[in-house]
Amino acid sequence: MATLAAVLATTHHPFYLKATTMPPEQQMPQAAEWKRKVEAYRETLTRAKPDILVMVGADHFHQFFLDNYPTFLIGKAPRYDATFYNEEREFGIPKYVLEGHEELSNFMHQGLMDRGFDFAFSHELKLDHSIICPIITTRPDADLPVVPIYTNIFAPPLPSPKRFWDLGRAIREIIDEFPSDKRIAAVGSGHLSLELGGPRQFKETGPDPEFDRKAIEWLSTGNIEEILANVTHESMTKSGNATHGFMDLILMMGIAGPIPTAYHDNLDLFHTMEAYFTWYPEGAAA
Amino acid sequence: MSKYYVNKFLFTVDRDPELLRRYKEDPRSLVASWEQSIGPKLNDAEISTVNSLTDLESEALINHDYVALFEMGAHFFLSLTIFIAIYDEDYMAKSGPLSFQREFAEKLKHWNGKDYPSIALWQAAAR
Repeated sequence: MATLAAVLATTHHPFYLKATTMPPEQQMPQAAEWKRKVEAYRETLTRAKPDILVMVGADHFHQFFLDNYPTFLIGKAPRYDATFYNEEREFGIPKYVLEGHEELSNFMHQGLMDRGFDFAFSHELKLDHSIICPIITTRPDADLPVVPIYTNIFAPPLPSPKRFWDLGRAIREIIDEFPSDKRIAAVGSGHLSLELGGPRQFKETGPDPEFDRKAIEWLSTGNIEEILANVTHESMTKSGNATHGFMDLILMMGIAGPIPTAYHDNLDLFHTMEAYFTWYPEGAAA
Repeated sequence: MSKYYVNKFLFTVDRDPELLRRYKEDPRSLVASWEQSIGPKLNDAEISTVNSLTDLESEALINHDYVALFEMGAHFFLSLTIFIAIYDEDYMAKSGPLSFQREFAEKLKHWNGKDYPSIALWQAAAR
């Protein structure tokens, strides 16, 4: 059976690459610290020696729109192009091509259906920055095959926080049952408190530093009870209109289980709190 | 009112460099031709007869009026992204990084502490 080598949950600040590669005299003061933290975080994936990555993100109206928006979707293609024209334009993220892993995609899709998660699927999927940002930060060589999973944190009505947790638990069971000697890592991205296109956007900190502090505490201690007792769609809206991406971090903890992280770090950046979490289930890589 | 169609405008224009250029340079003409020939398109062969913009919606789009769009419940991501594409570079040159984004926030400050207009496409009537 496959080994779940690591689970990573990270924020996906789309300006990381631009902020840390522009000429040093133009860089923001925190660029060097940001780069150090990201490189230390990257090491937590490298150390796990993964062979395949299950990537969790959310399409930001790049391939999918309101005429046909999937709640949960799995990519089943042999290969994935990445990043759209408007992401290159706004964030300076270059194009990528990632290899797929059709065998695990198919096994995952069937396993999800068997567990009551009736996923939409795509055989021609172009990935957006929710998946490429964590590739840039945690696996910049983009040299591993991926199985992309998209969730709807973006176009209401959204699934509940509990559903994201349960989906993570199901993905874990399926990885554990995958008949292979490969080492699989799951890498997912989302947000802490976040405001976009509203009055609280682009302030000195994220819109709700108190939520960010609690969220980091809950995730790093594996405290799903507190998350499910405190986090609702309404509470996330109060923390910032785009905070619902937090549910993808809940999903990632669902893959790991209700256990403390082996590693976590954060960085208070303009406009958001960046945060990085790594779990090693059953001491896989520790 | 068609929140869906306003979002479709923002979505289709933001992803197309040529439409975006026309929306920046001559928004009135672009909104008119979008309503005529781009908005109805389902694909290269099929059109939809279902949607149209209200006068208020097309005026908000013509005026790049992101405050009105926010108040109509247009999706925040689409609205922010397209107006960054149109204004960020000029603001950056004049007033530095994030100056456009901060002005955008400032113009919406009367919503601070209130429930924002919903971005959901379907809402129950107020009871």
